Amino acid sequence: VAARTILIVGAGPAGTRAAERLVAAGLRPVLVDESATSGGQIYRRQPTGFTRSPEALYGFEATKAGAIHAALPALGDRVDYRPNTLVWHLWENEAHLLTGTTASRLRYDALILATGATDRIIPLPGWTLPGAFSLGAAQIALKAQACAIGQNTVFLGTGPLLPLVAYQYAKAGAKVAAVLDTSTLGNAIRALPSLAARPAMLAKGLYYTAWLKKAGVPHHRGITPLAIEGTDGVAAIRYRDAAGREHRLACDAVGLGYGLRSETQLADLARCDFAFDPIARAWLPSTDTDGGTSTKGVYLAGDGARIQGADAAEIAGRLAACAALKDLGMPVPDSELAAHRAALAPMARFRQGLDTAFPFPAAQASDLPDDTIICRCECITAGEIRSVAGEKGAPELNRAKAFSRIGMGRCQGRMCGPAGAEILADALSVPLPEVGRLRGQGPVKPLPLATAMEP
Amino acid sequence: MSSPIASDVIVVGGGIMGAATAFFLRQRGVSVTLLERGLVGQQASGTNFGNVRRQGRFLPQVPLANRSRAIWGRLNELLGEDAEFIATGHVRVCFRQEEVAGLESHAQAVREYGLDLEILSANELRSRYPYLAPGVIAGSLSPLDGHANPRLAAPAFGRAAARAGAMVIENAEVIGIEKTGDDFLVETSGAGTYRAPAVQVSAGAWAGTLSARFGEPVPMVAKGPQMAVTEPMPYRIEPVIGVSSSVPEEGIYLRQVKRGNIVWGGGWRGPALPDIQRAYVDPMNTLRQLPMLRRVVPALAALRTIRTWSGIEGYLPDDIPIIGPSAKIPGLFYAFGFCGHGFQLGPGVGDAMAELIATGVTTTPIAPFSIARFATP
Repeated sequence: VAARTILIVGAGPAGTRAAERLVAAGLRPVLVDESATSGGQIYRRQPTGFTRSPEALYGFEATKAGAIHAALPALGDRVDYRPNTLVWHLWENEAHLLTGTTASRLRYDALILATGATDRIIPLPGWTLPGAFSLGAAQIALKAQACAIGQNTVFLGTGPLLPLVAYQYAKAGAKVAAVLDTSTLGNAIRALPSLAARPAMLAKGLYYTAWLKKAGVPHHRGITPLAIEGTDGVAAIRYRDAAGREHRLACDAVGLGYGLRSETQLADLARCDFAFDPIARAWLPSTDTDGGTSTKGVYLAGDGARIQGADAAEIAGRLAACAALKDLGMPVPDSELAAHRAALAPMARFRQGLDTAFPFPAAQASDLPDDTIICRCECITAGEIRSVAGEKGAPELNRAKAFSRIGMGRCQGRMCGPAGAEILADALSVPLPEVGRLRGQGPVKPLPLATAMEP
Repeated sequence: MSSPIASDVIVVGGGIMGAATAFFLRQRGVSVTLLERGLVGQQASGTNFGNVRRQGRFLPQVPLANRSRAIWGRLNELLGEDAEFIATGHVRVCFRQEEVAGLESHAQAVREYGLDLEILSANELRSRYPYLAPGVIAGSLSPLDGHANPRLAAPAFGRAAARAGAMVIENAEVIGIEKTGDDFLVETSGAGTYRAPAVQVSAGAWAGTLSARFGEPVPMVAKGPQMAVTEPMPYRIEPVIGVSSSVPEEGIYLRQVKRGNIVWGGGWRGPALPDIQRAYVDPMNTLRQLPMLRRVVPALAALRTIRTWSGIEGYLPDDIPIIGPSAKIPGLFYAFGFCGHGFQLGPGVGDAMAELIATGVTTTPIAPFSIARFATP
């Protein structure tokens, strides 16, 4: 058998477990990761010389983090691990890699994309002020850099990360002014039967909320955010409570997020078919149960395929590796496939529960005032999106992008895309799927013009 | 089936050529239906570099380019929309001594056509454009040329044509076209049937299928220009800069838009798939373009490219377009195959074609672009 190259993109829980499984099959996979160290965003490590304990960094997840961190070194030279490396494009079964300003190509027989997720953002007036961060960024600052984003922080949005980050900040000694949650207690109660699919996870979520309550951190549910205020930086947040009363709360930082969104650009560049996922309210690459896509030899695993969290990602990584092995004609026990598929089932059920408990407040995006900046890279406002929908007749997102520049900046729509789509669909009075999705174009992240092919 | 909708002219294809033709036909009071398969200005017209350049063209094309340039200058008042045209100047630079003579002789030749170019020495170039590389030894400046936003221009023509009374039908793919008696009958997929005594085919890279149906096949191939844009920087680079070279791969061009991004492309072409209406940037082409770009403006090495894109363009073997009446069918007109240099010409071609269709003649010579040059005996 000729040597097969399996390329894994992303060294988080999914990519690490995929690599491990491929090594077990006697292959030497290539594992490419943008970060300097493995673990992904969830188990992101502190820099060399920082001395906090795993328990301080990862809390209840310390054991899992340790296991993922240890998995890669245990494989030694049997995996071709390339940190600090970006896959900036895919072209005809070749990955285009970039390390610093050195470009190279790698031909693959199979490709496992374990590209993870970013925060899902709904802009609001003032969200571009210094001191306003995404929820995930606020967590990374604490986890990786031992920094708080402010002295008196408000956490705003919805999703399981919201109480978790607030808890982590408060526990680390940072002052949390309030947790402002757009979802209601009713949402949470309705979600309980599905959330019970993973009792331990549910218990952790309840624990964070109870801990915050005991610590005296105000937790307001069912709120509607109105604006982040300030001149040189965040000074306060204005919101409307569930009863409709307006409040102004002084703070010097805001961490905001509404769940996560899958990083799907590479799947797009691999020309995988996408379908609209009503739960995620997003276009996602279509996969079979094992992560296989419409593009031969391309597999997805973890949050990059569908937001199901780190535990599901570990299983999905193993399963995608099995699927790739099978397609390459290598033996995989049916019992193993069945076990992975069975293990993923409660994860999917739990995920549905999370979406019930923390629904994405789409109307908040479509109700934003005209002068709110939606695309922060290009400074495009909600009003500009509405005007290209109206006066210029843009019937879908790519046309709106061509006319207004939304999604044309450094992030290529990864931050502004979800809210931009909601605003466009609302302005056109059509269901969200009808405005389509932004076409993926390389580079996945900005490509330095100093880049040269490796000699 | 309902009876066909009648007008004086049917324009097939809503790129900048078709949209401008429809607009100028309305200016002349001619009733016109514009049929566009997707959205107006979505393909090559909306994805090109945005060059409004007259120098460096095939000489007999300069009168048409001049006619177009005059329209670009009053485009905003004409259309009531801003297509971001700015007359920044266009400079062609060269790196080899033997290429200087080429710039000089071109400058002399286009003067007869009323286009005044300024030949600049290495020192003059560097005092005006200090960011140019030391290796640049001469340049040719066309001071009244510049650039515009291709994403806006053709759609603006389409909307202005509609406001002026044209029937602009988007999402109307032409699936049947025939001449019966004096009229052409044009059938679309799901958007009705249309009838007119005159038809203009301006369907870009897809036009060859239609011309072939009328017995006039053309050896056109579809390719995709390889475009990219950087993150925004303070506005420093005023003119459009293009490299004049006998080596095609060195032919890089760039422009900075007022909001700061630097748009660049050239040198290589990528694959275009007309059937699925996609053209791609081959990442190897991007990597090959980078040293060519740094060769012209070395300081660009400090920037990053945030996006690449392509579009589907039709190229003919002699690198000039097909413009004018059919050589076989009365009432049939063509404007397609612009070989990657059609954007600047769009308004002028639209104006000239409207004149030709409405009056039977055009005051700007277009004979060299006749489809008859590809006729097989």
